[in-house]
Order: sequence, then C-alpha cells, then structure tokens
Amino acid sequence: MSQPAAPRSAPGPAGPRAVVIGIGNPYRRDDGVGSALVAALERVRPPGVALTVADGEPSQLLDAWSGVPLAVVVDAVLCEVPAPGRIHRSALGPAGAGSPAGRGGGSTHGLGIPDAIRLARALDREPGQLVVFAVEAADIGFGPGLSPAVAACLPELTRVILAELG
Amino acid sequence: MTHRSRQLRVSALARVEGEGALSVLVEDGQVRDAQLRIYEPPRFFEAFLRGRQHTEVTDITSRICGICPVAYQASAWLAIEDACGVSVSEPIAALRRLLYCGEWISSHALHIYLLHAPDFLGYPDVVALARDHRALVERGLRLKKAGNAILETVGGRAIHPVNSRVGGFYRAPSRAELAALAEQLRPALDDALATTGWVAGFDFPDLELEHDLLAASQPGRYAIEGGQVASAAGLAFPPQEFGDHVVEHQVPHSTALHATLDGRGYLTGPLARYTISSAALSPIARQAAAAAGLGAACRNPFRSIVVRAVEIVYAISEALRIIGEYERPDPAGLDVPPRAATGHGVSEAPRGLLYHRYQLAADGRIEAAAIVPPTSQNQAAIEADLRGVVAANLDLDDAALTALCERTIRNYDPCISCAAHFLDLRVEHR
Repeated sequence: MSQPAAPRSAPGPAGPRAVVIGIGNPYRRDDGVGSALVAALERVRPPGVALTVADGEPSQLLDAWSGVPLAVVVDAVLCEVPAPGRIHRSALGPAGAGSPAGRGGGSTHGLGIPDAIRLARALDREPGQLVVFAVEAADIGFGPGLSPAVAACLPELTRVILAELG
Repeated sequence: MTHRSRQLRVSALARVEGEGALSVLVEDGQVRDAQLRIYEPPRFFEAFLRGRQHTEVTDITSRICGICPVAYQASAWLAIEDACGVSVSEPIAALRRLLYCGEWISSHALHIYLLHAPDFLGYPDVVALARDHRALVERGLRLKKAGNAILETVGGRAIHPVNSRVGGFYRAPSRAELAALAEQLRPALDDALATTGWVAGFDFPDLELEHDLLAASQPGRYAIEGGQVASAAGLAFPPQEFGDHVVEHQVPHSTALHATLDGRGYLTGPLARYTISSAALSPIARQAAAAAGLGAACRNPFRSIVVRAVEIVYAISEALRIIGEYERPDPAGLDVPPRAATGHGVSEAPRGLLYHRYQLAADGRIEAAAIVPPTSQNQAAIEADLRGVVAANLDLDDAALTALCERTIRNYDPCISCAAHFLDLRVEHR
C-alpha cells in the first residue's frame, strides 16, 4: 500500500483537466510502477494535470477522479503467460461505456480497481473518461526497486501517458 | 508497445497477497473439524526489525497494515518508550488518541459500509447496495473521509502516517488546523448516529459467544491508544505480563499463529472492548448504544456491526472533545535515549488487541521483537464459531453454507489479505 490520493501538483484554479493516479506499493518491487510513473511525470509537470498516488482503495479513487474529465490509472498486474514490462491499455467511458474486467467483491479487507469503477458508476462519480494502464510485473516480492524489465518500460509508459493527456 | 489485450486477470492484481480457505470434516452428520487456513506468506517483520534502531521501528511496523497502520505504530512506540523509561506528556498522549480515533472511524466505516452491511441486506457487494441505496453508501464514504481527515491532519497522510514517531510527533498541528478539522467532524457525528440507527435495524442470527473476552482497559475511559489488559472474566494484568498469559502456537494449517489466554481460547475486538468498557463511553455514544438495543455487554458476533457503529460515534465525539481541549504540545516530541531493556505495549487496533514487545541493546538496536496481532488471537475463536454455524446449517447446499461461513468470518473483520469470496469451502462427508 502507498500514500493516499492527495494531489501532488497544483491543478489550476478551474480544477484539473486530467488526473494521473499511480496505484501500488513501492516496497513490493514492480507493484511500485504506478508511483514510479507519477514520479517521472512530476519532473515533466504536464499543465492542468493532477498527479497522485493511491493504494487502490475505492473511496480514495472516487475522490481523486470525481468530476475530472480524464483519469489515467496506472497499476501493475500479473498475467498467466508473463511478459514483464508489457503495457496494456484499457479505456472506459465516456458515460458508462465499456465495463471493467475482473470480478467484484473484494477481499474481507478492501476492494480493488474494478470494484472502484463499478462503485463510481453506481454513485455517478465516474470521471469523464477513464484509461487504465496495466504494466505486467515480473517481481512483487518484498523491497524497493523495479525489476529490469519493468524499469525499462518506464520511458515508453511515460511517453504513451503523456500522449494520452494530449 | 501498447496492446489492447484480453489477457488481463484483474483478480491477480499485484496487491492480492494471499487467500484463506475453510475445510470442514463432517462424519455421521457431526462436524468433526473446521479449519480456517490462512495461506498468506509469512512476512518476517519480527525478524527484519532485528538490528534496526529503536527510532526506526514505528515507520517499519506501520507498513504491516494499510488499514490500521496507527495501531502498529502505537503499540510499537509504547513498547519502546516502556523499554527506555520515557513517558510522553499529556498533550502528546491526547494527540496520539486523536490520531487513533481517525483510524477507528476510517476502518470501521470501511468495514460497515463497504464490506459487512451487504451481508445483512442481501446484496452481493457494496456496488449492488449502492445501486439501490446510493445515499447510504455516500454516507459511509463521507464517514471514511472524516476519519481520513484526522489521519491527514495529525499523521501527515491517511495511510502509513509519517508525522508520528517514538516520543511523540515531528510537528504538532496548530489550533487553527484542528478547528478546521472539527468543522468536518461535526456533520460526521450526525452520519455516525444515523449509521448506528440503520445497522441496529438489521436482523441478527442468535449466537452467544462463550469465550473469554480480552481488551485493553483504562480507568474511566474506553481504551484506544494504550492501557492495561483486562478480560471479561475478571483477569487484569499490565502489558509487561502479556506473555505470561497469552501463548502463541503454530498450527499446521495456517501461517498465522493461534493464541490462548491461560490455556483457553478467547476473543479480542469490538465485542471485547464494549463488554469490558461500555460504561466509559461518552454520553452520546452510550445513548446511541442504548437506542440500538445494546446492553452493558455484547456477545453476539453478528451484532459486532452495531458495536462498530457505536465506536464510530464514540471516536468522533472523543475527537471533538480532544480538539476542544487541545493544548499544542511543546515540544511536539520527546527524545527517547536508548538503554538495554525490554519493553511492552498494547493498544486497540480497530479489530482488536495488538501487543508488541521489543528487546533493545544499550545503543538502541533491536535485539528481539514480538508482535501479536488481533487476527491471530481471534483465529481459534473464529474456527469455533464456524464449527457451530456449519453444524447448525448442514442442510444448506454448499453455496448457501459458504455464504453463511463468509458472513460469520466477516463479523471479525479479519485482517488477512484474501481474495474476493475467499472461502474455498470443502465439506467432506464420511
């Protein structure tokens, strides 16, 4: 788990045109790819874009993206046939188009991103458009630092997200 | 390269760390065995705390849990200050209690609204609940946000707070900052009272726990951020004697240790706190409890949702009291010079009693650490409950019985990183 979804950059008086939310735990190796991406964007500081990190807990995500025209979420995933560093893009919306993958329900202790999306939809607190970038992880063991394959994909991930932000 | 792919398996998102399973053995219509198996890998926190400085411990232990990091900080700083012979000032202690109130509000609101209430109302999850009862779920989210606001104002951030430390705080909030916080908390008190009235109307299966109940206790106060240890059966001892009474042991089917109290099973958590300290609740929390039908004690685990709601009322009223009486501690934190000694600390995590023990070298290095979390203390009691529930409901099909077992486990808000509907129920008939 990581920090709550508190904006790290000033979005401007009219509110942000977009928010980038890096999800994951930087002390679990590749699960830190979301926060690493946010750190990379902080050096670029795209105008009108709020940058934040979160642990994926739904109420934080709802607060971070409610009323924002574009939300970009970055997280690590494990895949059955692994290709560490591969980037998957999924777009949801606008206004309820598409549906989140994965089953809902959550653990006894928390809920995941698909649950957050479904909850946002039920509460009418979706962003205008939601784009999820999932990066295939190689290692989610204990400790800081990304695996070489995931670290190597960061420049490409930064580039495609900046393109997404326009 | 960027791909649009259907290979994503969201159920395998990286933070899903483990799973639990229940196996039940039924012979001749009798439940012979019920095991809650926790597969979550051991995390070795006690081992890698060794060799670290005593001042580093709370930043490490807060990482044990993203829902109750303050609890893991509090028991640790109490134990280390006990070892070093340091007592913090009253204003620092009050600020710690305020921080801890934030964690209770946030954790309880999450559990009640997002995880537990759907069980009582016949919804598969909070999303389905939100579709039919949007205002209710919005109320739960507001409560959680109010708790997070305390954590952010006092602790620096909502998850794994960074402003608290052994000896106190790095920076104490100003009166103006806390006054702004109080403005957020006042409407939250109305939401908390409404929550108590709402959950009190649920239907609760009959079940009375016979285990002894164990919780921290403080004279005249509902214990949160520290205290002595007391049981409903009348046992009372200081944290320093915790190891004389509570013994952990391994069981083959779980990576979490089980625990016994003087050789017997027992329970920690909201029911224990309420039964031991309900007389010390604030007047508004006592009124809410009475209106919700709670007496002086509560031993029905299905009613734990009502106790949690009452504890939210209490935590908000207590937070407002602390803010009203606030004296900004100066200094915000004390120096805690190390010495060769062993220290002990207990506090009340949202889901129960949390004990820490540290053995320090003269230079402050940690030589040994022991952490006894509430979920491992409760595991044997949960299994006993499950045996009773399965025995009473063997006529249900596997799906219905699984749902009932999950609901039984959720009564305890267990802190295990398990996947959705995490019970893989196996009933073996012989």
